[in-house]
Amino acid sequence: MNIHEFQAKDILRRAGVPIPPGRVAKTPDEAAAIARDFGGTVVVKAQVHAGGRGKAGGVKLAKSPDEAKAIATKILGLQIKGLTVQQVLVTPAADIASEAYVGIIVDRAAKRPVFMVSPAGGIDIEEVAAATPEKILKLPIDTRYGVLPFQATQLGFFLYEDVKKVRAAAKIMQQLYAAFMQSGCSLAEINPLVTTPNGDVVALDAKMVIDDNELERHPDIEALRDPAAEAPSEVQAREANLTFIKLDGNVGCCVNGAGLAMATMDLVKYYGGEPANFLDIGGSSNPEKVVNALRIITSDPNVKSILFNIFGGITRTDDVANGIVTATKQNPLKVPIVIRLTGTNEEIAVKILKENGFSAMTDMDDAVKRAVELAKGGKAA
Amino acid sequence: MSIFIDSATTLVVQGITGRDGSFHAKQMMEYGTCVVAGVTPGKGGQKFENRVPIFDTVVRAVGETGANTSVIYVPPMFAADAIMEAADAGIKLIIAITEGVPVLDMTRVYPFVQERGARLIGPNCPGLITPGRSKVGIIPGRICTPGNVGVVSRSGTLTYEVVYQLTRAGLGQSTCVGIGGDPINGTNFIDCLAAFESDPRTDAVAMMGEIGGTDEQEAARFVRQRMKKPVIGFIAGQTAPPGRRMGHAGAIISGSSGTAAEKIAAFEQAGIGVAKRPKDFVELLRQRLA
Repeated sequence: MNIHEFQAKDILRRAGVPIPPGRVAKTPDEAAAIARDFGGTVVVKAQVHAGGRGKAGGVKLAKSPDEAKAIATKILGLQIKGLTVQQVLVTPAADIASEAYVGIIVDRAAKRPVFMVSPAGGIDIEEVAAATPEKILKLPIDTRYGVLPFQATQLGFFLYEDVKKVRAAAKIMQQLYAAFMQSGCSLAEINPLVTTPNGDVVALDAKMVIDDNELERHPDIEALRDPAAEAPSEVQAREANLTFIKLDGNVGCCVNGAGLAMATMDLVKYYGGEPANFLDIGGSSNPEKVVNALRIITSDPNVKSILFNIFGGITRTDDVANGIVTATKQNPLKVPIVIRLTGTNEEIAVKILKENGFSAMTDMDDAVKRAVELAKGGKAA
Repeated sequence: MSIFIDSATTLVVQGITGRDGSFHAKQMMEYGTCVVAGVTPGKGGQKFENRVPIFDTVVRAVGETGANTSVIYVPPMFAADAIMEAADAGIKLIIAITEGVPVLDMTRVYPFVQERGARLIGPNCPGLITPGRSKVGIIPGRICTPGNVGVVSRSGTLTYEVVYQLTRAGLGQSTCVGIGGDPINGTNFIDCLAAFESDPRTDAVAMMGEIGGTDEQEAARFVRQRMKKPVIGFIAGQTAPPGRRMGHAGAIISGSSGTAAEKIAAFEQAGIGVAKRPKDFVELLRQRLA
């Protein structure tokens, strides 16, 4: 789960990381009022779950409350990578002497969280990693011990020479790590970590991604979720306990299991079609899940045909058949449907479908080919 | 022969009285797996299906029955503890079926298990099956048939799809292993490839990878340098958009790394036959086994 910059900053502030104050505005007038309270120059920053906000025009300096209002008018409603900006963070502009990057990510190869720090901050760290890898220090942390003081100091010395700044940075490393562990993050990032002309070390931006599997343990973090910042179909799917990702094609896919769902999308492409979505109905299915899945797929106006690909292991194919029948009785389909199912209770499933006027296929390739043809305007069988 | 499990496997089921645990314990017993014990704290002394003794702790189950393998069906928030309990009780092969284990939990579990010399398979995996002898996990037994193809995969239902097509084409399997879709898992492709290479019953390997991470690229390097047996590979997620988690926690393309194209190129370089579709495994395996 993604959280906004201002939410990540709140978490890090509570952990002790020095961060300039900031407040969130949902209207230009609110932005102007906050700028007036802070006085002086402020930064107005779009709060969306997307990187590259600066390049997209979502981060701007304002020298006066009037300018803050004008800028907020432009940024609010702006589209950044398909997401609409609905709130801005207004924060006093800081004088910057140097910019560094500090991040922690769970590294699958090391099987541990790994610190990544670089004195070349403020820009895309992947670009730094590609162009000048020697400017990045990677340090894996054993979570059984946590970040040890000498490790934090080592990280600090990679960024700064002045021992006062090193100590300040080392403290921030430990605070960031504590917040990372306590919030159940898969990523936590401060970019940039800056030094000011009078020698302070301050975090000017913050990003945190929470491991979805941790949310059950962290209701306080779950409460930070901003459904308005996510695609409506994905919110609907999550509430129905389905994994759904919208894509640009026109073959709506409903599959059990993530690997098979990806392979089904790939096969749609192989046979000349484009998948409209990734949708995994999960292992132990019940008819209700299928009803929700069909509602979400058919709410996409691009969908020209629907493909079910179910391999029944734990999933009972008769549950899926019952779900299809119930869903289409509630909301008759406007586009053709192709159903492939095989495995647990297949005979019962086929019988249910036949009695209700559907036909079922058993071969995955045949079903995908058919769904692609239908999406292109081919006649229903 | 086979890899990891065979007729000598004696199994303890952790979470045997739960909904999933009891269902699959029965399925495994029907398949012929030697289930010697179950564990559910507070239900020690009872019997599962009037046959299998239930214990309060794994250490007691091992002490009384000599179980050498454990399978875990406990809820995600307790799975890490269950894995460590099994390793600490001296179990040397632990299969964690549970989906949704926090990845930071796994950063503690992995070194703990390693230090005790145990092998962990999973979490978030379908387990494994040596057709006709033993099944540990949830892979449907009837889609498999004994034979000489080793199968290893990061996925569940995609594995079933491929195994089913192999079985229908008369290509039996030595052992099928699902290593799971999580970013940190106990057993990777290389562990399984090495085991298949030294297993006299396996003549070829079918490997199903997916987007995310570099496990498949490292596996390809291993195949090129160390393996004599033919390997056929498939990568799911060729149409996946970058930066999105495709169901499996580990299936995410970050930046330019973890893409299907990169993995397929690594396969080709290593002389691994690339199946473009799941059904292509049949033809490619026949060619290499001829």
